[in-house]
Amino acid sequence: MSTTEEEIAQGWQRVDPRAIAVKAVRGLQQALLPIAAAFFGAREIGHPVVVAIVVISAAIGISALAAWLAWRRLRYRVGESDIRVERGFISRQARSVPYERIQDVSLEQSLIPRLFNLVEVRFETGAGGKDELKLAYVTAEEGARLREVVRDQRAGEVSVASTADGHALPEPQPEGEVLFTMGPKRLLLFGLFEFSLVVFAVLGGAAQQFEFLLPFDIWNFEEWEQRLAGPGAWLAGLGWASRIVGAAIAVVLLGFVGLATGAIRTVLRDWDFRLEKTPKGFRRRRGLLTRTDVVMPVHRVQAITVGTGLLRRLWGWHGLSFISLAQDSKSANHVVAPFAQEHEFAPIIDAAGFALPESGTDWHRPSRKYRIDSALLAGIPMLLVAAAGLFEEKLWWLAPAGLFLAGAEALRQYLLWRFERHAIDPKQILSRRGWLAPRLTVASRIKLHSVEIAQGPLGKHRGYANLNFGLAGGSLSFDGLPLEEAEAMRAAVLDSIAAVDFARLPR
Amino acid sequence: MSEPLTPVDRAYVTVLRIEAILLSLPFIIGALVAEVAQVIFAGAFLVPVALLAMLLILMVPLRRYNARGYDLGEDRLRVVRGLLFRKDTAVPFSRVQHIDVEQGPLERAFGIGRLVLYTAGTHNASVSLPGLKHEVAMDMREAIRAHVKRETL
Repeated sequence: MSTTEEEIAQGWQRVDPRAIAVKAVRGLQQALLPIAAAFFGAREIGHPVVVAIVVISAAIGISALAAWLAWRRLRYRVGESDIRVERGFISRQARSVPYERIQDVSLEQSLIPRLFNLVEVRFETGAGGKDELKLAYVTAEEGARLREVVRDQRAGEVSVASTADGHALPEPQPEGEVLFTMGPKRLLLFGLFEFSLVVFAVLGGAAQQFEFLLPFDIWNFEEWEQRLAGPGAWLAGLGWASRIVGAAIAVVLLGFVGLATGAIRTVLRDWDFRLEKTPKGFRRRRGLLTRTDVVMPVHRVQAITVGTGLLRRLWGWHGLSFISLAQDSKSANHVVAPFAQEHEFAPIIDAAGFALPESGTDWHRPSRKYRIDSALLAGIPMLLVAAAGLFEEKLWWLAPAGLFLAGAEALRQYLLWRFERHAIDPKQILSRRGWLAPRLTVASRIKLHSVEIAQGPLGKHRGYANLNFGLAGGSLSFDGLPLEEAEAMRAAVLDSIAAVDFARLPR
Repeated sequence: MSEPLTPVDRAYVTVLRIEAILLSLPFIIGALVAEVAQVIFAGAFLVPVALLAMLLILMVPLRRYNARGYDLGEDRLRVVRGLLFRKDTAVPFSRVQHIDVEQGPLERAFGIGRLVLYTAGTHNASVSLPGLKHEVAMDMREAIRAHVKRETL
């Protein structure tokens, strides 16, 4: 059963038939848990081999059938003005996306499709997440062709600009100027900073899920005691020194697992990271098992973020991301240089048309009153707790603990007042947040969509306000500004927004 | 930003009051039932509920009306709202993606409508201005639309 002649005449196409196999395997992966559950349920019945054969072949049959149906009912057409996709077995969905609404086409290859040289094509419209139009799976060549078709349709509108630059129209896969790459050594170093104990959360979750499979109740402390009572009795008799050694070993082990998790996750995600500047924008490729290939047109970068971490900051390591309309698997930011020194990421920022703050940048701090009020709001409940400690003898420790927390909050607000700041320069607005791991966000003034001054009851009394900017694909706000300053900034920014029509923004 | 704000239509107060009545009706009925059942002493429920309802129906809509205003400038619309949490939003016409004029059944009965501007920003993706006379809302929509180029993104 293949595409009928009538369909071919109308330009309808099916995705690659091998997608059936890939989807069937995917379906099987999802069926693993129910299968396992079925086995444990069937333990009592007897004839385990028969049960196994029946269950497994049923699972294979069902997922193959589902995959075949999904393939049969999915067709797409590359039309003159739009891309149409029709899918669905029970509820039929027909979608048409005009070329000018497609922000970009991204290709994703995960492990199994990669074996067959298949890709998933995602047409980014700015809708984000689940609403994006996807085609799973077509051959890598077909994916590249679709991307070119969409780009050429869009390029029709801007071809004047690209030829004026003196560039010839780009080849199907132009190799651009390499802006940033990460070798294995750098990657490993990056991985060490990505220390993560998430594996324990996963284990804990799994333990809770599969509790019924274990021969004992792992959350029951008394049972543990009993189990340790026999062979574990010697543990209790070992004395303090060896217990401390044991604890130290546990901590080292924990650290090792955390480092290993971080390194493995980072290597899987960012293997062979390449950022290039091509005539059509920034092109980023990364990933070991799932390799992604994303192109972001330069004009679609709305803002940039330079972040860092508590420790990596000491050696000058920073991460650079772009905020853009298109979504990057779950996050609205596109990481373009996850682990770089300033001399490496500064040229990327330059290429995107943004500028890092200079020594002459006119930084402002939020209102002092805003910080004092924030400290009081957080501190007063803690002081009340401390007072409770004074009156209740058994809870005496509440007094010092509450005082300590209130003091810590006051100190934090003071440091935030010292380190958090914002500025506007003729072309952009800048904001620096946090003090242990500061984050710098730079947004282009003309790419903002609205400006709001928001005041709570406290702010109205004390004369400060938050300035919220409407930014496509992200959020940006200056908190706790003196009201006059907020109004002046808004007036300045609004004038530069209003001067350029959105439709005429460079694209 | 010292341009004087234009107040919205007086009918907006009436609409807000009717909404408040509808909202407090179940509570008043509940209080009446509790009175009839004589749960505690007479008036234990009815008096506070009635006072609160009076406040919500008579005072709050008027104050909300007074807190609300807009300013239609050359190239931007400014919308101010909020009693406790005051918000003052400005949207340049050049960033408006599309415009709606909406009318609920109550609003239609009193000849008012709400103007909603949509932008491409994630924060303040839509800015709504309720309580405009319907004709005024339609006129404003035309005026703003004249600024918005009919080009697609």
